[in-house]
Amino acid sequence: MRNVLRYAAQVLLYVAFGVALGYFSSYPVFRVLAPGQALVRLSFSHGAQPIGPCRERTAEELAKLAPNMRVKLVCPRERAPVKVEVEMDGKPLYQVTAAPAGLKHDGVSTVYRRLPVPAGKHTFKARLADGPDGEFKYVAEQAVDLPPGKVLVIDFNVGKGGFVFVE
Amino acid sequence: MYGWQRWVFSAALCAPRGLALSLLESAMPAAKPAPPIGAAWRAWERVELALDALFGARGNPLRHLGALGFLFFWVLLATGLYLYALYESTTDGAYRSVDALSATLIGATVRSLHRYAADGFVAVTVLHLARELFAGRFTGARWFAWVTGVILLWLLYASGIGGYWLPGDQLAQWSLTATAEWLDALPLAGLSIVRNFLSGGQMTDRFYALLAFLHVAIPLTLLFGMWLHIQRVTRPDVRPSRALTLGTLAMLIALSLVKPATSMAPPDYGALPAAVPVDWFLLFVHPLMDATSPAALWGMAALVTLLLGALPWVVRVRREPVALVDPANCNGCGRCFADCPFGAVVVEPRTDGRRGAGLARVLPELCVSCGICAGACPSSTPFRSVAELVTGIDMPQLSLAEMRAALERSLADLEGGPRIIVFGCDRAADVRALARPDTGVISLLCIGQLPPSFIDFALRGGADGVLVTGCAEDGCYYRHGNTWTAQRIAGEREPHLRVSVPRARVRVAWAAAVELGRLGAEIEAFRSALAKLPPAQRAVRRKRKEVALG
Repeated sequence: MRNVLRYAAQVLLYVAFGVALGYFSSYPVFRVLAPGQALVRLSFSHGAQPIGPCRERTAEELAKLAPNMRVKLVCPRERAPVKVEVEMDGKPLYQVTAAPAGLKHDGVSTVYRRLPVPAGKHTFKARLADGPDGEFKYVAEQAVDLPPGKVLVIDFNVGKGGFVFVE
Repeated sequence: MYGWQRWVFSAALCAPRGLALSLLESAMPAAKPAPPIGAAWRAWERVELALDALFGARGNPLRHLGALGFLFFWVLLATGLYLYALYESTTDGAYRSVDALSATLIGATVRSLHRYAADGFVAVTVLHLARELFAGRFTGARWFAWVTGVILLWLLYASGIGGYWLPGDQLAQWSLTATAEWLDALPLAGLSIVRNFLSGGQMTDRFYALLAFLHVAIPLTLLFGMWLHIQRVTRPDVRPSRALTLGTLAMLIALSLVKPATSMAPPDYGALPAAVPVDWFLLFVHPLMDATSPAALWGMAALVTLLLGALPWVVRVRREPVALVDPANCNGCGRCFADCPFGAVVVEPRTDGRRGAGLARVLPELCVSCGICAGACPSSTPFRSVAELVTGIDMPQLSLAEMRAALERSLADLEGGPRIIVFGCDRAADVRALARPDTGVISLLCIGQLPPSFIDFALRGGADGVLVTGCAEDGCYYRHGNTWTAQRIAGEREPHLRVSVPRARVRVAWAAAVELGRLGAEIEAFRSALAKLPPAQRAVRRKRKEVALG
C-alpha cells in the first residue's frame, strides 16, 4: 500500500512537471499590440551629405603631398546627421536626429523605430534633412487605412525618390 | 588498475586542466568552498529530502538536475535528427515541411518532444544553477564548472531561440524581428539587421539554410561546452537512473500526445498577430525587451552574466590547506587518485629511489580540501605502531594523528551505556550537537575522510557501536564522500572494513544538515539495538581509558 502511494505521488509530480512545461511553453499569450492599435515602423539606413563643401587644394598644399596623392578636390569625410520628422494627422508622431555611424562619422545614419498608433484612417507626413544646412529636402505624405494589427513601414530610399510607404 | 593505466588516466585528467585557461588559474579563487546560503539552502534541502521519500535518492530529479540536462539534450539530438531529415530549408519549404510533418502522429510527436525537451532542458538548467548557488558550490576548484556553466546559458538560449525560427511561421517572424531589434542595439557600424525582416522579399532560401546551419552548429557547440563543463570532476553525474529516465521520457511523450506543438499561420509582413503563444522558458526575453528596451535587455543580460560569472571571485572565503603527500608513506597504489572527486590527485613515476609503483601528487588548484584521499589511503590506519602517526596523504587541518587522538579521548570519556562513537562530517548534520557522556562524536571534513579501520579501532577501544553519518544519499557536498564510505564499510571498495568487525555494531545513517533531529532519533534507535547485544570489549576500553588518563 505504501509503495502504491509512493508511485501515485511520483506520477502526480511528473504530471505536475509536464503540466508546467506544457502550460508555460505557450501560455499566457503575449499581446504584441494593445487592442485597437496598429503599428508604424519607421526604418531606413541612409548616407547623408558631407558635413561641409568640397574645396580645391592650393598649389602649396599639393606640393607637400606625395606625387600620387595630389588630388585637387578635397571633401570632408564626416557626414551630416540625418533629421527625420513624422507627423500623423498633422500632429508630430516622432522626430529623431540620427548621427552617422563610424569612428570618423562617415557611415550611414540608421533609424528603426516601432510606433504603435490607434487603428483607423490616418494621414502620415514624413520629412527628412540630410545636409549640413538642416533643410528638409525630402517630404512625402500618404493617407493610409490601418486596421488593428496592421503594420505600415515607412522606408527611405533615394533611388526610389525618397520616402516609401509599404503597407 | 596497473601502474601504466593510472599514469595514462592521470595524464588524461590533467590535459583539460592544461588546456583550459591556465591564465585564469593564477587568479583562482579561494579553495575553501563558500558556506551554503543559509535559509535558501535549508529550504532546498527540505524539498530534496521530501522528494527522496517519494523517489529515492537515485530517482530524485532535484538531486540529478545536471544528469537530466544531459538526458534532455540527447532527446533533442535524437528528435532533431528526425526533424532535420524532413525539414526543407527554403523560403517556401520551411513552413510547408514543418506543417506536413506535424500532420502525422509520429511527426507531431517527435516535433513536440523536441519542443518540450528544450523547455525541460531550460527548466532543469536553471534549477541546477540555483541549487549549486544555494549550496555554495562555486568557489575554489569549482570555479571552472561554475564559469563554464554560466557561458553555457548563452549557448542554451541561442540554441533554443534559434529553433523557433525554423518553422517559418508568424511566431518565427516575431522572434526573428525581436532578436534583430535586440542585436541592432549594439553599435554594429550602422548596420540594421531588422530591416531584413520588414518585408518577405529579404527572406531567401539561403537565409533559411543559414538558420538551419546555426541550429545545428550552436547546439553542437553547446555539447562541447557541456563536455568542458564536467572536465574537472571525476565520474560526473551525466546519466540519470533508469527510473528517472523512464519517468521523464514517459512524461515528455504523454505531454507531446496531449498537447502537440503547433505552428502559427504563415508569416504576414503587413500585419502582426493579435496574440503570440510565447514559450516563456525560452522566448521570455522578447516580452521583457518589449517592456523595457533593447539596450536595457543588453544591460540586464550583461549584468546577470557578469554577476554570476564573477561570483567565485566575489564570494571569497578563507582558503583551507590542501592535501599533502608524504613520500615515505606513499607507495603509489592510486586509491587516492581513484577516489578524489575532483581529479586533484595524480600518480607519477617515482624519482626518489624509494620502493613503490609511483608517487601521488596533489594538484593544489584542483583540491577542495575534503580529505577523501586521506580516507582512501591504505596507510591511514590508527593501528599502526609508529612514534608519529603519519599516512601517505593527509590533511594538515585535521590529520590522521589528530583524528586518532580525538577518537582516543572520546573513547576514554565515554560513560554509561551502550556507548556509541559517531563519525560525522562538517557539511552534514552537526554531530557535535549530539555529544553526551555515552556518545562520543568526531566531525570530519567529509565523511569520506574516515578510514574504515577507525571503526574497528573504536570498537576494539571500548565502544559498543559506531554510527557513521554524513550528507544525504547522493547529496555529498564533495560529491562522492558518503558513497565511497558506504562502499568501504560494505567491503565493496578499498580500503574496506575488516570482515571480522561485527556489522550489528556498525550503523550508517546519512543525515543532511537539516536532519539533526532525525539523526538523534537514529542514534537512540541504534543504542536500543546495541542494548540487546552481548556486552562488547569493555576490558579493552577500560585499559585504554587507564592509558589515556595516565
